[in-house]
Amino acid sequence: MMKPTAPAITRRSHVPLMAAAALAFIVLLLLPALIDLYQVQLLTYGLIAAIAALGFNLLLGYTGLLSFGHSAFFGIGAYTVAFLLRYLDIHSMELYILIGIPIAALTSALFGYICVRHTRIFFGILTLALSQVLYSLALKFFWVTGGTDGLRVARPTLLAGLLSFQGAGSFQHFINSYYYYVVVVFAICVVLMWVIVHSPFGKALQAIRDNEVRARFLGLRIRHFRWAAFLISGTFTGLAGILWVPLNGLTTPEILYWPFSGEIVFAALLGGFRNFTGPIIGGIVFNYLKTYAIATTEYWQLLLGTVLVALVLVLPTGIVGGLSKLAATLRGKEKA
Amino acid sequence: MVLLKTVDLRKQFGETRACDGVNFIVNEGEFLSLVGSNGAGKTSLVNLISAHLQPDSGQILFRDKDITFTTVTDRIKAGIARSFQIVNLFDGLSVFDNVALSIFSREGKTSKLARLAERDDEVASEALEVLSQFGLASKSSAVAGGLAQGERKLLDVAIAYALRPKLLFLDEPTSGVSTHDKAQIMDTVSSVVRAGRVTAVVIEHDMDVVFRYSDRIVMMHEGRFLADGTPDEIRANKDVASILLGAPLAS
Amino acid sequence: MPNGGLAGNELLAILILQILNSLFYASVLFLIAAGLSLIFGVMRIVNMAHGSLYAIGAYVTAWLVGRAIGLGVAPAWLFALIPMGAIAVALLGAAIEPVLLRPFYRRAEEYQLLVTFGLLLILEDVVRLLWGGLPLSADPVMDALPIMRIGGLSYPGYNLVVIGIGATAAVALWLVVYRTKFGVMLRATSQDRRMASALGLNVGLVYVLAFAIGCFMAGLGGAIIVPSQAAVLGMGIDALILAFVVVVIGGLGSLQGALVGALIVSFVRTAGIQFFPEIELAVLYLIAAIVLIVKPTGLFGTA
Repeated sequence: MMKPTAPAITRRSHVPLMAAAALAFIVLLLLPALIDLYQVQLLTYGLIAAIAALGFNLLLGYTGLLSFGHSAFFGIGAYTVAFLLRYLDIHSMELYILIGIPIAALTSALFGYICVRHTRIFFGILTLALSQVLYSLALKFFWVTGGTDGLRVARPTLLAGLLSFQGAGSFQHFINSYYYYVVVVFAICVVLMWVIVHSPFGKALQAIRDNEVRARFLGLRIRHFRWAAFLISGTFTGLAGILWVPLNGLTTPEILYWPFSGEIVFAALLGGFRNFTGPIIGGIVFNYLKTYAIATTEYWQLLLGTVLVALVLVLPTGIVGGLSKLAATLRGKEKA
Repeated sequence: MVLLKTVDLRKQFGETRACDGVNFIVNEGEFLSLVGSNGAGKTSLVNLISAHLQPDSGQILFRDKDITFTTVTDRIKAGIARSFQIVNLFDGLSVFDNVALSIFSREGKTSKLARLAERDDEVASEALEVLSQFGLASKSSAVAGGLAQGERKLLDVAIAYALRPKLLFLDEPTSGVSTHDKAQIMDTVSSVVRAGRVTAVVIEHDMDVVFRYSDRIVMMHEGRFLADGTPDEIRANKDVASILLGAPLAS
Repeated sequence: MPNGGLAGNELLAILILQILNSLFYASVLFLIAAGLSLIFGVMRIVNMAHGSLYAIGAYVTAWLVGRAIGLGVAPAWLFALIPMGAIAVALLGAAIEPVLLRPFYRRAEEYQLLVTFGLLLILEDVVRLLWGGLPLSADPVMDALPIMRIGGLSYPGYNLVVIGIGATAAVALWLVVYRTKFGVMLRATSQDRRMASALGLNVGLVYVLAFAIGCFMAGLGGAIIVPSQAAVLGMGIDALILAFVVVVIGGLGSLQGALVGALIVSFVRTAGIQFFPEIELAVLYLIAAIVLIVKPTGLFGTA
């Protein structure tokens, strides 16, 4: 039998993408020289929010599962750091990360195991309920968790104790050093997540998102994949919590309370959950949006709520989605 | 060689007997059409064999092994694949990714999350080969959701075919498609399937298509087999004729 | 724990009081949860702002009571303000549905959740804008009713009225849904929207009415609790989570489920506060999680 010859494999070059990413990374590294300390701090929070949203979106954008309980993982990350400091007198940022990540992963694994048996609304409600178990535990066991007052977290040492921040001028030193630290972690997270979603595993997740029945009839074990996605997603968001608390200096049950989960969802949606860069942009922009809203008006929830509704009405694909549509239209116009 | 054999397979939905003691034999290498009016039980039979449904009673033997209680994943590993009557694609992924995913799954590579999917040359070349066999190579980077209906039907078959099954069930691969496209689709499907030495069972309503492409035709009626033979034998069968005349015109 | 010195019938009295407290709380929870379930059952929307509507019911009623007292209205008439608070919320709902919810029916479920979450944020601040951060109470309504004596212990008569209202609401709702023509329309639309529309039902009207009724119930829940518990900021958010637990246990979309779920949650919470006050909320969430695992659609729910 004559077999038709297969066309040669054309590989899409990643050079433009890598160049853009490298450029963005360099810009991030140079920024502290151009902006004031407060802005550096704000941007650090933004990058942390971006990591949280990036992790969250693996579940929403790529696996099709909307979790309303991601505050649980962020909170676990943050409280782990607080506990490590308070009860084990650990000050090293590296240890916070090395110990915090497995704990966040374990929590995600457990919650994920329970949640992925269900889909859509029940999945969402279950994630919500489980996160609130943690919230109420944080409130009730106040002698351990500090209750509503929370726990203070001092500045950690960075780079295995090489950098520590005490004494005069240390605030500025800390903010700048911490910024670079977070930028590096952020870059690693972005690269990791990019590889994951473009791997065969990532393709399988998207297939399950698009058509669960068909995916099953391709031999994919749906529940396993969803659980794995949940695990990775929660771990990333947990890492964001770990990075957040040394900067914030304090962790309170508020970050476990379910409206905070809503903010993570909001951030992903704001950027656009159907694109890879959407949650990154969304996390950064949301952070600015919320900070600006709180600074401007007492009724910042009203402002945020209105933005959210307007967003869903007018720009459901988010900032990145809207921009790419715009780019496509412009390109179309050029061709015509 | 007998590839598939069902023994007194039964499935009931309330009062309706979808499969009423079905003894189905599929021989290796056949291109078989499964026909019958709506509700005759064809899709239910395929659902039972592909593990979409569990039978009430009876046995399913594949290459002499009892697979009656195995899972979907097991049956795919054993070599049974299917497409669906309503086109079931991964609309958000590209045409290429749709087929590549089948291959990744078959090769057990879907647990790999540290490598880029596109860097897997083996899978990529096989995917492109399958796509060219089905005439879809030019659309490989297009998003599956944007294809024309005929192309979607072909992709649906290609995804199942890429699993390299021994036995392939196609549920109405030409439904909803214009008459001209029907012939094209069936030409492609039958030539690829035969070239790949895949045994195929096609559920089909269009009797022209059935008579033109099948080695063997099996007719179901109210959950039972009514007739089973070559196209000529079926043409001569009086029962078949009366059912067909009473039935609505082919879609 | 009661010491050995208490007589048997005092223990009984305490038990009865706890049961009454549970029923009291269950009445309020039932109203909120039934409204949530109704909205979900008919419109397939999980209304994240439902708790905020309950809060608005409480605030409006408390505010009306304050006004009425200022105008010198006799306490007996204050009771009329309770349904007024509920109606106010119903009207709000009737305004919200066509503006904020209708554009999203054709969209993915996720977007509806997000819109109602946005609505939650908006309503929380609207409450703060209108009534400030201080609690608003409606004690005069409660004080208008005598204190009852049950086995030597005192118990507010008002709570019994609330239990009565809860029971009446349950019966009335059941009658409406299962015994009226409108109820048939509701059930038809909830089962198959397109079919109902093809049969000539004005689906748009059914939707806005269903949403309004759901809001009425949430508002009524707030209205009846505020004489006993002052309206505070954040009460809606706390209530929503409990309402979710109720519908998870009882089944989303089921009225019996809302009733049974409310009773279970209320009894567990009352017992929890009495015997293990540290973790009664966690226990509730855990029960919800367990129910979701074992019977994901809840006790009376259909998928």
